[in-house]
Amino acid sequence: MKILVPLKRVPDPDTKIRLKTDGSSVDWDGVKFAINPFDAIALEEALRIEESQGEIDIVVVSIGGDECTEQLRAGLAMAADRALLIRAEPDLDPLAIAKIFVAVYKLEKPDFVLMGKQAIDDDSNQVGQMLAALLGIGQATFVSKLELLDNNTRACCGRETDAGIETVVVKLPAIITTDLRLNEPRYVSLPGIMKAKKKPLEEITVADLGVTVASRTKVLALEPPPKRKAGVRVKTVDELVDKLKNEAKVI
Amino acid sequence: MAKILVLAEHDEGQLKLATLSAMGFAHEVCADAGGSYDVLILGEGISAAVELLRGYGAASVLVADHAALKDPLADKYARVIDEVARVQNATMVVGAASTFSKDVLPRAAALLDAGMISDVNDVRSDGNDFIFKRIMFAGNVIATVKLDGALKFLTVRSAAFAPPPKVAGTSPITSVAVDAGKLPSQIEYVGREAKVAGRPDSTEARVVVSGGRAIKNAEDFEQLIGGLADVLGGAVGSSRALVDSGITPNSLQVGQTGKIVAPDLYIAVGISGAIQHMAGMKDTKVIVAINKDAEAPIFEIADYGLVGDVYQIVPELMEKLKK
Ligand SMILES: Cc1cc2nc3c(=O)[nH]c(=O)nc-3n(C[C@H](O)[C@H](O)[C@H](O)COP(=O)(O)OP(=O)(O)OC[C@H]3O[C@@H](n4cnc5c(N)ncnc54)[C@H](O)[C@@H]3O)c2cc1C
Ligand SMILES: Cc1cc2nc3c(=O)[nH]c(=O)nc-3n(C[C@H](O)[C@H](O)[C@H](O)COP(=O)(O)OP(=O)(O)OC[C@H]3O[C@@H](n4cnc5c(N)ncnc54)[C@H](O)[C@@H]3O)c2cc1C
Repeated sequence: MKILVPLKRVPDPDTKIRLKTDGSSVDWDGVKFAINPFDAIALEEALRIEESQGEIDIVVVSIGGDECTEQLRAGLAMAADRALLIRAEPDLDPLAIAKIFVAVYKLEKPDFVLMGKQAIDDDSNQVGQMLAALLGIGQATFVSKLELLDNNTRACCGRETDAGIETVVVKLPAIITTDLRLNEPRYVSLPGIMKAKKKPLEEITVADLGVTVASRTKVLALEPPPKRKAGVRVKTVDELVDKLKNEAKVI
Repeated sequence: MAKILVLAEHDEGQLKLATLSAMGFAHEVCADAGGSYDVLILGEGISAAVELLRGYGAASVLVADHAALKDPLADKYARVIDEVARVQNATMVVGAASTFSKDVLPRAAALLDAGMISDVNDVRSDGNDFIFKRIMFAGNVIATVKLDGALKFLTVRSAAFAPPPKVAGTSPITSVAVDAGKLPSQIEYVGREAKVAGRPDSTEARVVVSGGRAIKNAEDFEQLIGGLADVLGGAVGSSRALVDSGITPNSLQVGQTGKIVAPDLYIAVGISGAIQHMAGMKDTKVIVAINKDAEAPIFEIADYGLVGDVYQIVPELMEKLKK
């Protein structure tokens, strides 16, 4: 069996994002990068499936520039088998990214794709669903429980929706996007890192894949969010109740 | 001229209020740039929701009522939306930013080869096109974006758009023919866990009481957070810390990767105010923070801050509010 796991390079969630003073772009100086947390959850799940089922080809893929090899190596160190860097211009929008993944999918012919529900930089939450549509296959998004059924021909998925956990069964191949409660990704071990150095990391360009993509989304400007003005400290519960009733009038 | 298709959302026949915000967005765009909007609702046994949708000036309410659409399955729903958007010559397809829209709309967008912007919180007409604003990087950055293409897909944040004004008269109903045999069937609905307690959804409530790591276990959460919410007739929410430790279900998580809420009153009980949490509640009208650490970042955005132990303060607060 083969599982494809996209890994997106994103700013580490703990680094503070600042804009350049002229607002033209994010100030990337000193920003640490990481595998998108939801993608790490997807890879962890693929590894657990392998641990319970035996040898599986787990291929991690990133779309971007040279710098993405850092996250691919980290994925290999977690125990993925192979890595694929698809060289592309930066900042492609979700539909463009999904179209590139269609070509990757056709090249690799995985049994299914496990990927993040959203990337924590852009928060679009679109790529998986678009990929499923373009491939004409099923999808299960925001998955926090995953069980493969019937010889890996179907997957039973618990989905985290606004109304609570929904269970669906999806035919494989499908796109499955992960939510945070699915698992907790393992830390990369030192032997893992050593082993990762010897694992294959192939590179191809978008042109090699035979796709032409262009983003339709154009970012015109970036600005910091408006600041909420600092409020007041109250000393007692009585004072709080009084403020809420008589000043803010919200209760 | 805009020709907007709004995707309505309901929960087993009960209209989700966020739909009205998506209609408010459509109303605003049409008032600004000219045009009209239709509302599309899919499901089975949805007449009550349909009636509600008719009172806001939509050009028509398109109803896809069919047993095959009983459960919200993305493959089937996206196909129907695809077809309706084509027939209507839509220039925009809009839904509220919810897990439902996020599941279904990107899929429909790709079927139509249309680009999409998630979580729009501002729109402005720019002669013959539109300029949108959206939030990125857990609320650290607001981006101004354009989207090329004759058809655009969007989800909008409900806090940013008021429902459209009620109008006299009702929108006509147009029934959408559904050929169940032609719909894909790759996904099978098994069921949904029954909702706990009868509290409102945090995305719809006027008051949200949210608990953080200060709360030690599920009983305390129910007693303190649930108790205070009940006194105020509000909803409960939680930080990811409580979700991670299994004290609250994922569906309660407020934040960048959880729900986006914007009630009139948000009470953060023992929540530090991590950027990822604040991304989900900053648009609240009035924020109250209760925390024993006077330096907690949540105080920087709270309208009213009270320093102290939640185990003492919350019971006292409930007591005084009951009076
Ligand atoms: C500051 C900034 C400015 C930008 N400016 C522009 C611009 O001007 N024009 C423009 O077109 N775009 C721009 N973008 C990029 C663009 O908005 C997103 O990166 C793109 O839309 C992909 O969306 P997402 O990563 O949020 O996808 P999501 O749908 O949130 O991601 C879901 C999943 O898709 C997978 N995935 C997504 N991208 C990749 C990838 N590259 N490699 C591997 N897996 C991936 C991951 O599994 C991820 O978990 C900008 C981004 C930033 C941060
Ligand atoms: C990719 C990613 C996405 C994330 N998405 C989200 C998200 O959507 N939502 C979210 O909430 N978090 C999210 N997080 C997690 C976030 O970064 C924080 O870890 C989390 O919000 C912290 O929760 P907390 O405030 O409850 O806990 P803590 O930060 O531990 O704070 C607990 C607070 O309670 C106070 N306290 C403790 N005991 C008492 C007491 N008895 N009385 C009064 N005060 C007390 C402490 O002073 C402290 O300020 C995300 C993180 C990552 C990496």
